[in-house]
Amino acid sequence: MLKQVFKKPQKWKIFNEMLFREIEDLGLKSLGIVVFISFFIGGVVAIQTALNVESPFIPKYLIGFATKRSVILEFAPTFMAIILAGKVGSYITSSIGTMRVTEQIDALEVMGINSLNYLVLPKIIAALFFYPLLVVIAMFLGIIGGYCAGILTGLFFTEDYVYGIQLDFNPFFVFYAIIKILVFAFVIATVPAYHGYYVKGGSLEVGRASTQAVVWTSVIIVTLNYFLTQMLLG
Amino acid sequence: MIVVENLIKKFNDTEVLKGINATFEKGKTNMIIGQSGSGKTVFLKCLVGLHTPNSGVISFDGRKHTDMTIKTRRQLRKEIGMVFQGSALYDSLTVEENVMFPLKMFTNDGQKEMLHRVNEVLERVNLPNANDKFPAELSGGMQKRVAIARAIVMNPKYLFCDEPNSGLDPQTAIVIDNLIQEITKEYEIITVINSHDMNSVMEIGEKIIFLKNGVLAWEGTNKEMFKTDNEAIVDFVYSSNLFKKVREAYLNDN
Repeated sequence: MLKQVFKKPQKWKIFNEMLFREIEDLGLKSLGIVVFISFFIGGVVAIQTALNVESPFIPKYLIGFATKRSVILEFAPTFMAIILAGKVGSYITSSIGTMRVTEQIDALEVMGINSLNYLVLPKIIAALFFYPLLVVIAMFLGIIGGYCAGILTGLFFTEDYVYGIQLDFNPFFVFYAIIKILVFAFVIATVPAYHGYYVKGGSLEVGRASTQAVVWTSVIIVTLNYFLTQMLLG
Repeated sequence: MIVVENLIKKFNDTEVLKGINATFEKGKTNMIIGQSGSGKTVFLKCLVGLHTPNSGVISFDGRKHTDMTIKTRRQLRKEIGMVFQGSALYDSLTVEENVMFPLKMFTNDGQKEMLHRVNEVLERVNLPNANDKFPAELSGGMQKRVAIARAIVMNPKYLFCDEPNSGLDPQTAIVIDNLIQEITKEYEIITVINSHDMNSVMEIGEKIIFLKNGVLAWEGTNKEMFKTDNEAIVDFVYSSNLFKKVREAYLNDN
């Protein structure tokens, strides 16, 4: 499958059109949910940390520090990847699967079009290009969410929180998160595409394939997350 | 001319096509008929390249599919137009975009030239004002016409139709049949139609191939089909009382 996907596009103009359409469908249309979830997750992490730091010997700036680390290392790349696996994964499987069962893919093949390359490559490129951007936005908003939680709950001072964010900042952690999301983006674009492309039957099977695709994508993401964390941080 | 020699297609251990030999001539509407499961669709899919035969040769005007490189095969596919059973129009594209799709993919024509050609074929299939409609907004017959327009927009040499009348009312089915026959004559193409519809077989089948259990059981013209004593085809075609009476009347008159 991947050999066919990574062949040179038959017409660059069409490929570019498809790529921009996929950036919109897979990326821009996911922006809302990423913004919403990352902001609240950042807030929740900050509140949970504040509620669990009761000892007067533990400095309050650790709340900001812990929120930053949690958001950058795990919540932004992995949590967002799982969310996107659900939202985008089911969309990819159902759209390609529907094309399969309604013979639209056969129509492409009869015309002499490499359907895997035409349908899947723009999705992979769009995900690889846009998801790192989404993760950086998620990091930023997660930290802002924690800051807002401090103001709204009064559990910690914002000065302490800001000091904690600035403390011991390691740019490699951002790089690590970007590497992770690039791997996850590839999984999010390819695993559901595989399930959709090879579906057989009708609409019921397309629905089943979508569910299976989301489950498998999530399982692969979680497993890869473990190995990537061990490889890059271990 | 399309020549098929000893075509065999298996799925696992099941032999679906058991050594089919057939020829399809230019400017004629060739029809493949047979019961469900007789191998018609598999045969058609082998012809258009969606299935690879296990053995045998399909040659398109002397070009054998077995001798083809990826490049020549791709070139051949540009000469093929296909109308699918369910029309297979791209849902997210308008009628105009659907018909323009092969042109955008395979020609370097400008937007104006492509639009001119699209309007030309849409007018040919009697759909002059449907450019901006989406497939979901069209009736079954209109969808079939758009599929025919898309199939002929590249001026194909070979037109394949898989059950073009399925799901259509008798009147619309006749319109689609006539359209396919007219286009076949007008463009001088080789048309191969896979059909269950005996009305259209009688009406436009200039050459008919009858498949039974993956074997070519009979071939001839629609007129010969009335006269034949071949038990297999008589049982299949004249299974209804109406067709039995039509046949008797035809034979009495001739």
